[in-house]
This record gives sequence, C-alpha cells and structure tokens, in this order.
Amino acid sequence: MRPLTPRRVAWICAALGVVLFVATVISLRMGAYPISITDIVKTLFSGAIGRWNDIPGEYRSIVFTIRLPRILLGILVGASLSTAGSGFQALLRNPLADPYVLGVSSGAALGAIISLIVAPHTPGAIQLAAFAGAAATTAAVYFLGRRGGQLDSGTLLLAGIVAASFLSAIIMFLMTTLSGRDLRGMAFWLMGDLGSTLPSNPLPWFEGLFLVFVLAAGAIYATSSDLNLILTGEQEARHLGVNVHRVKLVVYIAASVLTGLAVSVSGTIGYVGLLVPHLMRMMFGTDYRLLIPTSAIGGAILVVLADTLARTIVSPTELPVGAMTALAGAPVFIYLMRRRVR
Amino acid sequence: MNTVAGRGAASASPAIMAPGTSGVRLKVEQASYAYAATDRSAPKFTLGPTSFEAQQREIVAILGPNASGKSTLLTLLAGMARPLSGRIEVDGVEVSMLDTRTRAQRIALVQQESELLFPLRVWEYVLQGRYPYGKRLRFESEEDCLLAGNALAQVGADALRDRWMDQLSGGEKQRVILARALAQQPSLLLLDEPTQHLDIGGKVELLRRLRRLADESRYTVLVVTHELNLAAEFCDRIVLLHKGKCLRVGTPAEVYDRALLEEVFEAPLEVEMRANGRPRVILGGNH
Repeated sequence: MRPLTPRRVAWICAALGVVLFVATVISLRMGAYPISITDIVKTLFSGAIGRWNDIPGEYRSIVFTIRLPRILLGILVGASLSTAGSGFQALLRNPLADPYVLGVSSGAALGAIISLIVAPHTPGAIQLAAFAGAAATTAAVYFLGRRGGQLDSGTLLLAGIVAASFLSAIIMFLMTTLSGRDLRGMAFWLMGDLGSTLPSNPLPWFEGLFLVFVLAAGAIYATSSDLNLILTGEQEARHLGVNVHRVKLVVYIAASVLTGLAVSVSGTIGYVGLLVPHLMRMMFGTDYRLLIPTSAIGGAILVVLADTLARTIVSPTELPVGAMTALAGAPVFIYLMRRRVR
Repeated sequence: MNTVAGRGAASASPAIMAPGTSGVRLKVEQASYAYAATDRSAPKFTLGPTSFEAQQREIVAILGPNASGKSTLLTLLAGMARPLSGRIEVDGVEVSMLDTRTRAQRIALVQQESELLFPLRVWEYVLQGRYPYGKRLRFESEEDCLLAGNALAQVGADALRDRWMDQLSGGEKQRVILARALAQQPSLLLLDEPTQHLDIGGKVELLRRLRRLADESRYTVLVVTHELNLAAEFCDRIVLLHKGKCLRVGTPAEVYDRALLEEVFEAPLEVEMRANGRPRVILGGNH
C-alpha cells in the first residue's frame, strides 16, 4: 500500500516543471533569428534578476517582446485546456470528454466572436463572452447527453458533435459579416492561434489571465479527492459522504471558465484536454490529486512544443497551432474510442 | 455529535455506542415514503409505515418479492432519502439530521460495484472508505492505511491488495467492496442483495463472514436478500415486506409462516422447523 503523498506530488510536478523549462528554452531558440541556448539562458537569468543592461538589445526584443510572451500564452492555454479536460472527464464520467470534442470550445468561440462584433473594444468582454458560451454549451450538451435520466456516454459524444457543428454553422454565418482581412484572421484564430492576440504590453494582461487560471484550476484541484470517488460511481460517492451536487457545480463552472479563458486568447485548440490527461494517467496513475497538476504542466509542455513546430515547420509561413494538436490528438481519440468499444 | 468512543482506534471495527444510549443501534419508527414522477402527480410507489429495531451484533434480513419496498427501505436507512413520516435513528441520532460525512462514518452501504472508468488497485479502492474522516482535499495517513489493511484482513482479502479491481472474480470483488465499507468504521452495515452474483459456496461464505463480523466486531448488519433459507440460517430478525407494506417483524421462526410466505411470494411453499430451531423453506409439491 503506497498512498499518494504531497511530497510525491511536489517531486513529480517539479520534474515536469524542468521539462517545461527545457521546452521553453528550445522554443525560445527556434525562429528566424538564431540565438544559442547559452545566450538564451543568460538572457533569461539577467532578465529574472533585473539586470536589463547586460542583455543585448536585439536579444531583449526577440526573447522578451516576441517569443517569451507567446510561450507564456501557450503555457496558459495548454494548462487551462488540460485542466478543463481532466475536469470534464470526471464531471461527465467519460474518458473521451474534452472541451473540443464536447463542443464547449465552439461555444466559447461563438461567445468570443459575438463580443468582437458587438463590443470590440470593451476590456474583458471577450473573456466573459467566451466563458458564457462555454458554460451554456456544457449545460446544453449535459442535458442532451442524458437518456432515461442517466448520462449516456455515446449520446453525450453525439450531443457534443451536434453542438459543435451547429455552433460552427452560426460562427460561419457571423463571419460573413466581417471584411476580407478580418475574415482571414478570424478563420486562422478559429483553428487555434497564439500569435495574433497578444497586446503590445502583455504583462498586466498576463497577470489577470494567470490569476483567473489559478482560481479556476485551484477550485478543481480542491475537489480532487471528491472526483476520485465520483469516478467510481456517483451513488457510491454520495454514500461515502461526497456532496456530489456541489462538486459537479464547482467543476462545471471552473472547467467552463478555463475553456472560455483559453479560447478567448487562442481560438479553438483541439484535443489538448483529451490527449494530456490520458498521457498523464498512463505515466502517473488515475489519482486526481496528482492528475490535475501534472495535466496542467503537461498541457503547457504540449502546447509550447506544438506552437514551436507550428511557427517553424513551414517557415516563414506559420500553421495554426490547433492543426498541430489535431494531427496528434485525432489518432489518439480514435484509439481510445476503439479501445472503449472493445 | 461526531465523536464516539473508540473512533479512530487502529481497528476497522465499528465505534462503541455513545454512553447513555441503550443497546438498540437502529430504531425505525413508523417510517414511510412515497415516490412520484413529479411533485403534483400521484405516488407511483408507497412504502407504508414500517417499524422495527436492531441491536448490536444482530443481522436483520429484509425480505420480500420484487417491488415490495426493500430498496426503498434501504434508501431511507442509508439516509439517501428522508422519510415522509416517522423517524429512523442510528445510535440515538436521527439519520436525516446527520451531515453527509458524519452519516458515512456511521452507516456504510454495500451495493454492486459500478463500472470503473479507470483501473484501480484493490488497496486504492479500500482506502476510499477513509474519505469521511478527513478534510475535503486529503492525503491518507498511516492510520488510514492500517485501518484499510485491517479491513482487508477482516474479509480475508489481504492477498488481493495489489490486484486490479477489474481482474477480480465476483466473490473476490464482493469481499473488497465489503472491506471498503468496513474501512468506514460504521456501526451499521447495509448490504443490498450481496449474494446476487455469487454461487452457493460464495453465498454461504459471505453470510458466515457477516455473522462473524456481527458477533466479534459488534456490527449491526442489515441485508436485503431473496435468499429465504440463508436468511433463516444466519439472521436474527426478519422484516417481511409485501407491496409496500411491512407485514411482519420477528425471528425467522416467528415470520416463516407457511400461509404468509405463500401469499407473499405467490408460490406453493412448505416450512419445516430444523433441530436448531431455525425454519427451512422448500418448494411445495403441487407445482
């Protein structure tokens, strides 16, 4: 009997943190202007201790103005989508649940697009609208996915697919109202894009987004002991003293916030919430007290690496990062679905 | 009142009753319930006023044909629904007044296991029984592990601790589910048709184990079952239900009346009394 300890969670997260740092350094190195790894580490170190004068001007600009904000955005989006995915999988008791597959990302995207058309310059409007879209879609898919009062796995996935295609149709309709240049940017954003949403001074913007992430992911993490029991059966969890209704409400709101947050800054990046929690389960087991933090860090690593490939593989052109994650995620989804059917 | 003498001791035995309470562990007083599809529609099923008591070390069987109200009564006893009238007390405290965690410390319900979404080892499953004793986000202590280990030993499943739940046989799984319930250190153990998927050897072994748990560890055990003869052999008290009515409560010898059982189960039956004073039911000749 080797129960999970906080020390073990900390060690595994620290090890994954090192991998994320390596991924960040690799991503900082890749691009049109080559910088050596040594120079990147020196630049990061000098920046971290505030010795800005020691950093050459071009390095400061490339690392801190162009590449690092985009990587930080990737970390935020990856961590949000993976945490939301692991939350949805427990909430809906379905291992195939993920914000993209369930159509929740499409709901968030619709909310974001409506806010861009109706109130394009209102601060925070896009995030709020994306959250509202995500929450409404989760509720709709949850109710459509019930059969005979019970949540049915197959019906739930079908409801997600139907919701996604219906919402995409509305998005397409709304996009016809945009001008040609906006239309191309919007289409690219819809497939998942980390390059176009960064403001000129991203630091305060990041502070706000990371605060929302910490609150929402923290709320899901606080329910992780409850989620372990809900995964063995809702009725059994109730008998063991879990307030299932409260836990589901917390996870539903927090996962919708995380999806809305990710989609509002990066569009719909698919399969991260599916791929990463499964990978982490295979590596570290199914305990949610470990799964949620490892999924968050794992999601950050995946999106940073996927975005690095997306912006360098066909350089000087860029691919949407969503295309890269879909290339990896779709086969994994089919594998999991077939394994479940068997 | 949450703290009871003996709670937290490193044994998976139930808590000793609080001072001042009598030997009665479970008291059901005129408890009734009604199901309706909606708030305004007429009830689809009604459980009439039911009364009985159970002491420490007693095994009580709830018997009756399908749709007699057995599961409804079990739901009320587990505190999952509030009686429409009457009251249900465990150790002198009304069950519906207990918060969810305190209730889980006093009452454990053993049902057929739901399909597990992801694989789980036996020890992880049994440790879940310690959930009611900690904060919301909790990591198991050494005491939790000791109690889970004791619970596995009590059901003779020590050797299974590192096995995966989905690789166990029906009998092994039933023992592990029982071990998780024992890890809750309840005073009242409720079992919903525990013999359903077991062969005759497994059924007898389970009932013997429950008898031992009741005798040696002071549990009060309530079993919902269709097994008339096993109930007669191993249980101290029988609650006989029929079409939502509690027809009779008493020892097996008091309840196993031929005419009554034939009326309830709608089958020709004969009841014979054995040398140990316990009745045996056999199918009547004219079938």
